[in-house]
Amino acid sequence: MAKIKGAIVVNKERCKGCRLCVVACPAKVIAMSKQVNSKGYNYAQMANEDACVGCASCGIVCPDGCISVYKVKVD
Amino acid sequence: MTIEDIIKPENLVYKKPDIMNDRPMHYCPGCSHGVVHKLIAEVLEEMDIVEDTIGITPVGCAVFAYNYLDIDWEEAAHGRAPAMAVAIKRLRPNKLVFTYQGDGDLAAIGTAETIHACNRGDSITIIFINNGIYGMTGGQMAPTTLEGMKTATCPYGRNTRLNGYPLKITNLLKELDGTCYVTRQSVHTAAAVRKAKKAIRKAFENNINQKGVSVVEIVSTCNSGWKLSPEKANEWMEENMFPAYPLGDLKDTTGDNQAK
Ligand SMILES: Cc1ncc(C[n+]2csc(CCOP(=O)(O)OP(=O)(O)O)c2C)c(N)n1
Ligand code: SF4
Ligand code: SF4
Ligand code: SF4
Ligand SMILES: [Mg+2]
Repeated sequence: MAKIKGAIVVNKERCKGCRLCVVACPAKVIAMSKQVNSKGYNYAQMANEDACVGCASCGIVCPDGCISVYKVKVD
Repeated sequence: MTIEDIIKPENLVYKKPDIMNDRPMHYCPGCSHGVVHKLIAEVLEEMDIVEDTIGITPVGCAVFAYNYLDIDWEEAAHGRAPAMAVAIKRLRPNKLVFTYQGDGDLAAIGTAETIHACNRGDSITIIFINNGIYGMTGGQMAPTTLEGMKTATCPYGRNTRLNGYPLKITNLLKELDGTCYVTRQSVHTAAAVRKAKKAIRKAFENNINQKGVSVVEIVSTCNSGWKLSPEKANEWMEENMFPAYPLGDLKDTTGDNQAK
């Protein structure tokens, strides 16, 4: 059966660390970085890569348009 | 399959819309304004009408919206955006003309302009960000502030004996014959954002089809003004704002009931 695999790319300089993407992710893929960006914000990153299904919920709720979402079908 | 195999241009399913430029937006982390800006950009791109759109920015936190979306903009004095929109629409009837306004802008200083624009019925769209507070100026009480809600100018909570009742202005606007579509949406979850996008699309289509005024209220958070984290602000909004400002369509005379 075809499986869906997803991945996200976060523009970490644009991220303001609001955590709304963390809350929106149904698969608990995202966590905040320990490092900060040049503005001093902890930024969102994939912490649990394998779980991402590319549903784009994180990108959709991000107020700053920081997240690009990729999705592919695996046979 | 590695992450590199997934992250390829042909697998891209979501990104920041192109007309939202790379300037960092000045909004507080987690502010609803950014989500609504993104939706406007997405809908204009999908309708392929970017070159024929004129937005009017308010006074309020969204005063610099013109810096973030690469479309034509005018800046109105506080509350005057709907009057300006009517003037622009009459001069350029084939343009998509919309205002973007906060609750202080639309429902306090701009009440007269809002009501008369909605009564005149020119085909403009009003995007109304109702966060129940004056965000920009430091969190003062707005006409839309909830009963009992604390702000800088009602530190013990809004007292209706003293301050009157929360103004459900969208309910008034639906009564006016100039409005064709009046809806109340939110952007606190992915599902809500998708619905809000459909509503904005419908409102913009009414605009170019000359159907009258469309009003899209977005019940929003101002986590800074509310003194909550973005996450808690969303929860507070669900618990407190939604009972006072229930989501859904209030009016639709366009004969097309897709956006629900
Ligand atoms: C004529 C005039 N009166 C008052 C102000 C001060 N002022 C600036 S923004 C604002 C209210 C903004 O609140 P709202 O419209 O709800 O927007 P928000 O910041 O919450 O998005 C006020 C009263 C002003 N700039 N101009
Ligand atoms: S695309 Fe979906 S599953 Fe993947 S990180 Fe975003 S919200 Fe989570
Ligand atoms: S929602 Fe956007 S701005 Fe907020 S933490 Fe996630 S990526 Fe950063
Ligand atoms: S003050 Fe409130 S409305 Fe203004 S940017 Fe901050 S959170 Fe948004
Ligand atoms: Mg406001």
